Amino acid sequence: MEKQLIISVGREYGSGGHEIAERLSKHYGIQLLDHNLLDEIAADKNLDMQDLRGLDEKHRNRLASRTVRGYSSSPEENLYLLQFEHLINKAEAGESFVIVGRCSETILKEYSSMISIFVLGDRDKKIERIMRLYQLSEEQAERRMREKDMKRRRYHNGHCDRKWGESRNYDISINSSRLGVDGTAALLAYYIDERRATK
Amino acid sequence: MLAQVFAVIIFIAMFVFIVTEIVERHVVSLVCALLTVVFVFGVGMHSMAAVIETVNLQSIFTADFWYLSGESAESSAGINWETILFIFGMMVMVEGMARAGFFRWLCMRIARLVKYQVIPLFVTFMVLSTVLAMFIDSITVILFLAAVTIELSQLLKFNPVPMILSEIFCANLGGSATMCGDPPNIIIGTSLGYSFTDFVTNTGLIAGISLIAVLVYFYLLFGRELKTGAQEAVDYGSLPSPESTITDRKGFVVSSIIFGAAIVLLVTHAQTGLTVSAIGTIVAAATLVTSWRHAVTLLRKVDYKTLLFFIGLFVVIGGLEQTGTLEIMAAFIGRISGGNVMVMIAIIIWLSAVASAFVDNIPFATTMIPIIRTLSVTYGVDLSMLAWTLAMGTDIGGSATPIGASANVVGIATAAREGYVIRWGQYCKKMMPATVLVVLISMLIIYVRYL
Repeated sequence: MEKQLIISVGREYGSGGHEIAERLSKHYGIQLLDHNLLDEIAADKNLDMQDLRGLDEKHRNRLASRTVRGYSSSPEENLYLLQFEHLINKAEAGESFVIVGRCSETILKEYSSMISIFVLGDRDKKIERIMRLYQLSEEQAERRMREKDMKRRRYHNGHCDRKWGESRNYDISINSSRLGVDGTAALLAYYIDERRATK
Repeated sequence: MLAQVFAVIIFIAMFVFIVTEIVERHVVSLVCALLTVVFVFGVGMHSMAAVIETVNLQSIFTADFWYLSGESAESSAGINWETILFIFGMMVMVEGMARAGFFRWLCMRIARLVKYQVIPLFVTFMVLSTVLAMFIDSITVILFLAAVTIELSQLLKFNPVPMILSEIFCANLGGSATMCGDPPNIIIGTSLGYSFTDFVTNTGLIAGISLIAVLVYFYLLFGRELKTGAQEAVDYGSLPSPESTITDRKGFVVSSIIFGAAIVLLVTHAQTGLTVSAIGTIVAAATLVTSWRHAVTLLRKVDYKTLLFFIGLFVVIGGLEQTGTLEIMAAFIGRISGGNVMVMIAIIIWLSAVASAFVDNIPFATTMIPIIRTLSVTYGVDLSMLAWTLAMGTDIGGSATPIGASANVVGIATAAREGYVIRWGQYCKKMMPATVLVVLISMLIIYVRYL
């Protein structure tokens, strides 16, 4: 039986982290989980969760939610807990997958089969990439990058003790601007192979 | 003046920290209580007497704290130990009942009685939620009811959200019916000297009439959705029998007897003279003695954070009271209403309802008690009428938003764990009209009955 492999990919917006996660998923022939995690939970529970997409990877609004004896009224928090439970169940079942963001490096840190990666990038390179992909002006791209990163940071730091993007939180942090998406994915694949070989 | 400024700043800071949940609310209230003692009573008032009066420990050692030979009396300002002891006792009793499987058994028993038919289940669970919440805290009621509703929805193939929302509303409504149903009522009752019977015959009557309106409202709102979603041919055998949900037969019988005795003691406390603090102590002692093997576990499960929150809160409100700040607020309400009782009632009930929809209703009600007391004295308005107005506003207003009451939060979280994530818009669209309806009914009944 194939050894379990879980790859957690945290990423800065515009760094190409998602694309790198896709490459790794293809390379190892394992499932990629990102927004589709919600679809999987919905299918699992036989529910329609389309309207919850806007809550994915969003932090809890303190003013609009309340906690009572550990129970929270926050839809964002409750969605996070559903995803948390789903990821743990998958890991427990021995499944292999690549998971993008969603505090996965913290949620799954107890699993020795998990390799955590954080992809960052140079500011200029990231803006250039966002402009190219979404046909935005430099100013718009920079604003979107700032907003998305702030959203991810608040979501992550609201649920985890360690800070988003802090190198100690991950097995490897890599600047994708140096080698590009292909080169970074290849280097990460080498690192993952080495890690698996040494286990 | 300085003491008043300190008291108001501390009070506002407490509310801000409670709402933002940066720190747990019991820590907030205790820190604010300490600040009140130091800055309001110490720096501002230089009054040791105010500290002693607010901490109010001496009240526990008086006979009136345990037994009232005559009419119920208004308690002095400061920490309301009667409320704290009563809530503690009820918490121990409820933990004993939950351990024995009482609540799950009751829900399953009723589900079987209505033959697992969705609409009868929907109606009976709303009534059950109301009745249970009259005697037990709404958090416990919703915890069990929502869990069983989800379990049944999976078998009967219906969406549990409409049923859970209705149960939440009814739990808050049931809480308004009695003195022990909702913490604001216990505080109002013990602070102003009203009995269980006083509440049942006043807020209870309003809640009863409102329940009929609420049953019709939720049936019209959700009935069709529940009927069309439900599956006819289902295997009931896969559901646990009510008896199988009892985890400890002896404990079940004993806790049921204690629960029954608690109800009798509460209903008759105006006649027997036993105060709610005495009743709380009796039920806690009876539960712990009869379940002595599990006594430590039961005591560990008590929500001490809530009790500590109450203690801190009473001190902070005591600061406002001692400095005369609440009298200024009362005078303000009096001025706006121009001394007109109808306007005064409308202000109190709608202000309480709106405030309770967004902030914890316990600090709000605690703050309002001295205010209505002052209004009653200044304008010669019947205090009990203002008390029922305040109780209905704070108890019902909490239903309007997901954050208004504890039962809402617990119900929403329980549903979410099964994938039914309830959002603000979805919640308010269904619950806000029901809240407005009941507040309106309450106001009209108060007008018709007391004016």
